[in-house]
Amino acid sequence: MDLNYSPEEMAFRDEVRAWLKDNLPDELRDKVVHYEELTKEDLLRWQKITAERGWGAPDWPEEWGGTNWTIVQRHIFEEECGYAGCPPRIPFGVSMCAPVLHKFGTEEQKQRFLPGMYNGDIFWCQGYSEPGSGSDLASLKTSAVREGDSFVVNGQKIWTTWAQHADWIFCLVRTSADFPKRQQGISFLLMDMNTPGISVRPLMLMDGGHEVNEVFFDDVRVPAENLVHEENDGWTVAKYLLGYERLGTGNTGASKREVLRLKELAAQQSKNGKPLIDDPRFRDRLSRVEVELMALEITNLRFLDQMRGGRAPGAEVSLLKIRGTEIQQALTELMLEAVGPLAQPFRSLLATDFDQQTASIAPRYCNYRKTSIYAGSNEIQRNIIAKASLGL
Amino acid sequence: MNFDYSQEQQLLTQSVRQFLTKEYTFAARQAIIESDQGYSEQVWTTFAEMGLLGLPFASEVGGFGGNAVDLMPVMEAIGDGLIVEPYLASVGLGGQFIARGGSQTQQQEILPALIAGRCKLAFAQTERQARYNLAHVACRAEKTADGYRLEGEKCVVLHAPCADTLIVSARTAGSPTDADGISLLIVDPSAPGVTLTPYRTIDNLRAADVRFAGTVVPVDALLGPEGQARPLIEVVVDYATALVCAEAVGAMQFANDTTLEYLKTRQQFGVPIGSFQALQHRMVEMTIIAEQARSMACLACVKADSADADERRRTISAAKIHIADACRHISQEAVQLHGGMGMTEELKVSHTFRRLTMLAQTFGDADHHLERFAACG
Repeated sequence: MDLNYSPEEMAFRDEVRAWLKDNLPDELRDKVVHYEELTKEDLLRWQKITAERGWGAPDWPEEWGGTNWTIVQRHIFEEECGYAGCPPRIPFGVSMCAPVLHKFGTEEQKQRFLPGMYNGDIFWCQGYSEPGSGSDLASLKTSAVREGDSFVVNGQKIWTTWAQHADWIFCLVRTSADFPKRQQGISFLLMDMNTPGISVRPLMLMDGGHEVNEVFFDDVRVPAENLVHEENDGWTVAKYLLGYERLGTGNTGASKREVLRLKELAAQQSKNGKPLIDDPRFRDRLSRVEVELMALEITNLRFLDQMRGGRAPGAEVSLLKIRGTEIQQALTELMLEAVGPLAQPFRSLLATDFDQQTASIAPRYCNYRKTSIYAGSNEIQRNIIAKASLGL
Repeated sequence: MNFDYSQEQQLLTQSVRQFLTKEYTFAARQAIIESDQGYSEQVWTTFAEMGLLGLPFASEVGGFGGNAVDLMPVMEAIGDGLIVEPYLASVGLGGQFIARGGSQTQQQEILPALIAGRCKLAFAQTERQARYNLAHVACRAEKTADGYRLEGEKCVVLHAPCADTLIVSARTAGSPTDADGISLLIVDPSAPGVTLTPYRTIDNLRAADVRFAGTVVPVDALLGPEGQARPLIEVVVDYATALVCAEAVGAMQFANDTTLEYLKTRQQFGVPIGSFQALQHRMVEMTIIAEQARSMACLACVKADSADADERRRTISAAKIHIADACRHISQEAVQLHGGMGMTEELKVSHTFRRLTMLAQTFGDADHHLERFAACG
């Protein structure tokens, strides 16, 4: 057993680190580190910067711009990006729709959509959940009826992240209700957000942030050529994609950065005249989260090693999602406790401002409750482990 | 032994709840928190008319002579409805300082006006480096020929923007963490040298950082003996902590009720999600925690005015430890079981989540009270 990166992997890590040091713009990093809302331009800008280096979509096939990295290299890249404070990759195009197009798309669809994703020209969002279909995705009702060369789409999606920025949306829609199983009769459809009949309503989250939306479809005419894979077999596509969504959800790089920030913060706060970080009660709880993070990181590597040996990613990724989000939430909670009474100020009522450093912590704590809900709630992840790993 | 509210307490609770259910709907509350003032003068007047503002004060000043247990159902209703008016700040904190430490003149000047709804109070205590330590007071009051001159800053003074009167802790002797040398002063927030930086808190209350730069107050602004305010501060904050426990119980009850309702009505996979055992057990745990929290809040309110200071400290801290943990657990689970909806501004449970998050830390988090509890032996 050897738990170290190989010399080549170490060299790769250093290369990524050096590149990030020179190429991650300070203003983007500052926004990420201080929990400020990123604009559409910020998000696309980061995609463009990585694309220029040839790292815009590491896991794509090489002919389309992929890097041909090993699974460990990919992990190192993600980890370093998180640790450095890079904006999140807009996952919907590069990491979600693209793998679908690579596997199921026609050559024309690939030519048409992949370059815009890679170069950060087109902003994508994902239309999956509906008001009545969350964890139970297969019950979705948004309908697409074939009329000549078009589909006519009616219905509603919800929790659509960044729909307010999006140029395009990929959706699961119901093209037929005539099958015995609900998973049948679903199709995977791409839509231009500018198509008449599409409207977006913001859903404000409790921290005041605008991340998610409701998207309404009212007699939206979509060219039939925007159908990906076979009509009525979209569930196959959806299942394929769900595996992708859960990969890389451990976020250990970003959590390591947050641990450092927490330590900094706790050193600035005082308790009975001494730095809070020296308070054993607080320090113990901080240490426990650090140990959890260490355990997650090494588990993550162990799974990567297994996958490198050819094992397909299975329910293990659910474990990473569960523990990864628990750690992220625990860190936001410790920050909240670290600043104590100073966590309360939220929105200044005057032009003069108060300490944004501490004022951003409670909203972050509130916002991060989402992590155990989104991308397959942690309850659903446990169901997956129960069924897929344990055969229960 | 009797854990029930008396008939009088029940009647009052009923009328408070009726008023809040009718007039303080979620939509009405949204309008209030978005208004310029951030609270409703009309609601405050109604509180006065219902006698709520006079509940714990002596009949000599126009009150009803109630104790913390009498306030408990009111605080529960406040927690349930997420009331943003300065009830705790005025009646549970500011008014208590005046009633317990004030001279006859100070009591007569302030309490009848408070009870009539004409005077709101706020307690300016917290400082940037003080955390939850009540003895950490760096703000200074220098004795002058005819009064005191205040220098320093208080932060997160809840309801300061609407307060007519501030009760300010300031150091008249010693160094910032000495137990002795702290005095209380009654300060007009519109006096020269007082600057308020107002803001909304994460749980949609109004608060301010308050800066004193050479603020001069007359000698009769002194509340209680000079340099000896620490014990009074502790007694009043313990009293207010018991009330906060009751408020938290009300908020947790709402969180549990609305989550249970959601589990019964939200359908996935063709059945209510409440039919899943994994979620049932989570809901059961929330129920157990809320029951225990209620018991501890009862204990805290009964002992809030205990003559035995050690017993009072020990009980209040025990209750706050329990309640702080309960607030975190129930608020987090309520949001989780609501899924995405629980995250949104438009659902009340997210507001209750934020309030419970802050109540867990009000007057000290679990760590703070664990230390205090252990120190009681």
